[in-house]
Amino acid sequence: MSLVAENVSVTIDRAHLLTDVSFAAIPGRVHSLLGPNGAGKSTLLSVLAGDRVPSSGRVVLRDRPLADWPLRELARTRAVLTQEHSVTFSFRSREIVEMGRHPWARTSAEDDDDREIERAMTATDVSHLADRPVADLSGGEKARVALARVLAQRSPVLLLDEPTAALDLRHQEDVLRLARAQAAEGDAVVVVLHDLNLAAAYSDEITLLERGRVVAHGAPADVLTADRIKAVYGQPVDVIEHPRTGVPLVLPVR
Amino acid sequence: MTRLESSADAAVATSAPLETRRSTGRRVALFTGLSVALVVFALVSAGMGQLQIAPGEVWNSLLRGLGLSDAPATAPHVDAALWTIRFPRIVAAILIGAALSVAGTIMQAVFANPLAEPGVVGVSSGAALGAAVTIVFGLTATSDWVTAGASFLAGLATTMVVYLASRSGGRTEVVTLVLTGIAVNAFAAGGLALLTFLGDTASREEIIFWQLGSLNGSRWQEIGVIAPLVAVSLVFAFVLARQLDLFSLGERSARHLGVNVERVRIVSIVLVAVLTCAAVAFAGIISFVGLIVPHLMRMVIGPAHRGLIAASALGGALLLLVADLVARTAVPMADLPIGMLTSLVGGPFFFWLLRRQRKGAGGWR
Repeated sequence: MSLVAENVSVTIDRAHLLTDVSFAAIPGRVHSLLGPNGAGKSTLLSVLAGDRVPSSGRVVLRDRPLADWPLRELARTRAVLTQEHSVTFSFRSREIVEMGRHPWARTSAEDDDDREIERAMTATDVSHLADRPVADLSGGEKARVALARVLAQRSPVLLLDEPTAALDLRHQEDVLRLARAQAAEGDAVVVVLHDLNLAAAYSDEITLLERGRVVAHGAPADVLTADRIKAVYGQPVDVIEHPRTGVPLVLPVR
Repeated sequence: MTRLESSADAAVATSAPLETRRSTGRRVALFTGLSVALVVFALVSAGMGQLQIAPGEVWNSLLRGLGLSDAPATAPHVDAALWTIRFPRIVAAILIGAALSVAGTIMQAVFANPLAEPGVVGVSSGAALGAAVTIVFGLTATSDWVTAGASFLAGLATTMVVYLASRSGGRTEVVTLVLTGIAVNAFAAGGLALLTFLGDTASREEIIFWQLGSLNGSRWQEIGVIAPLVAVSLVFAFVLARQLDLFSLGERSARHLGVNVERVRIVSIVLVAVLTCAAVAFAGIISFVGLIVPHLMRMVIGPAHRGLIAASALGGALLLLVADLVARTAVPMADLPIGMLTSLVGGPFFFWLLRRQRKGAGGWR
């Protein structure tokens, strides 16, 4: 199930948040969105999610414009992890993950609820938090519970906005391994990332944004060159090849 | 997902059994306890007052009135006192308590804020202002529905204003909400003062009655208006319950999960206005019921709205029934305004919640 943005622009009060951006999330692939702060990554993600209607251009999910999708059917097809993980009232972790099953209520898939919830909680390493109120959890734990909710939604298109923020080293790697695993099962995964090395190691393709425009798109080794990173981020870097895996390693010049 | 062996193993080792949802025992105990207490207090309350009537006698009179018994009354005036004065008042307390409490529950869900309450944010005063207009300009003579209708429209408008004014980015900040409440309450108080100034003595007394809140003088006729409003609203509230749960994630995430946020929001606002105004139109401003009850119920059975709405309805009914009993009997020969009582208890409770909320959320939000 592919999700495609065609020549999307977003303009608010004459500020060009996105200019003529085209983007495709393809089944079986992890597609990372990179760029400095304010480059338009989250704006593009919210356009892809259907939260924001682009000023021009359009977004198409499985050959149907996003705007034509009924909300519930859309929720069964694409899941979104936002950057905001806080929860009002003292819902427990498991109850939050259960909410991910809402789009499937009163369908035959409802029978799988318990299995899907457990699968998602195990994958994100939050099973032991099942009975804890989310409000009492640490930032990283909250983020993982939110990710579990998104996974429990079982939709073939995943949009993850900075899923590794607030996570420790191992959980960062876990989350991206999980993204890869979902792609291996045939999902189209879009990830907004800040860590260039995580993106290089786990992405099939990378789109690099700068001031609302796509400056590069392609395989990690093609996009992440020292000159381009310096130009976009304003920070000189060395890019070397990982001695064992061969993926590019981005090292800031210090 | 076996790809994450290390984390999966760690999870199994420390995992509590997954079948540990909130115990159903607690839920059963709460609902049974509230229902039993409601019946007991209703019978006791009906028996207390200037004319003391034993609970057994109340029960007999109840059966007689419903045509289920033909045992004669043991004392004169018992049936008259119960059926024309006390029973309607008790039924009004139950309905209005349930209405206010469920209105608070719904409001807290859509505002995603446990401090939202019709009285606190000014919906009640707005509705009272609407009612006062009909009183001062003599529109009440036509029908009970005129006052109810005016208070509904004013209450609906107030709810909308508060909602629009206190929200940003899909959430409500405590400071903005409370300050909006202050502004709205101040405006409504000003309007009520103006109407008090304009009105004749009779209207003045009625307006003051509104501001203090009282169940004194409840009639079956009024209950005929309140009961269907409350019943229909409760049905809608149950239908919305699951979707209200998802509002806890923030509106954006709720939308991503297939909730039609705009529609749920509008239906909820109308429900809050109907429930609050049904209460305000006949009993005046009774604050804090919608704050205290849902909060206590959440502590017992958790925040999931299906159970919470039912529990809040029962709890609100019980609270107002007890509060009204106190209002009628605490001072001999006097009928205290019930709104004053709930405010005396609710004010400090609100303060405590506010402090707790600030601590819990790591600052104002």
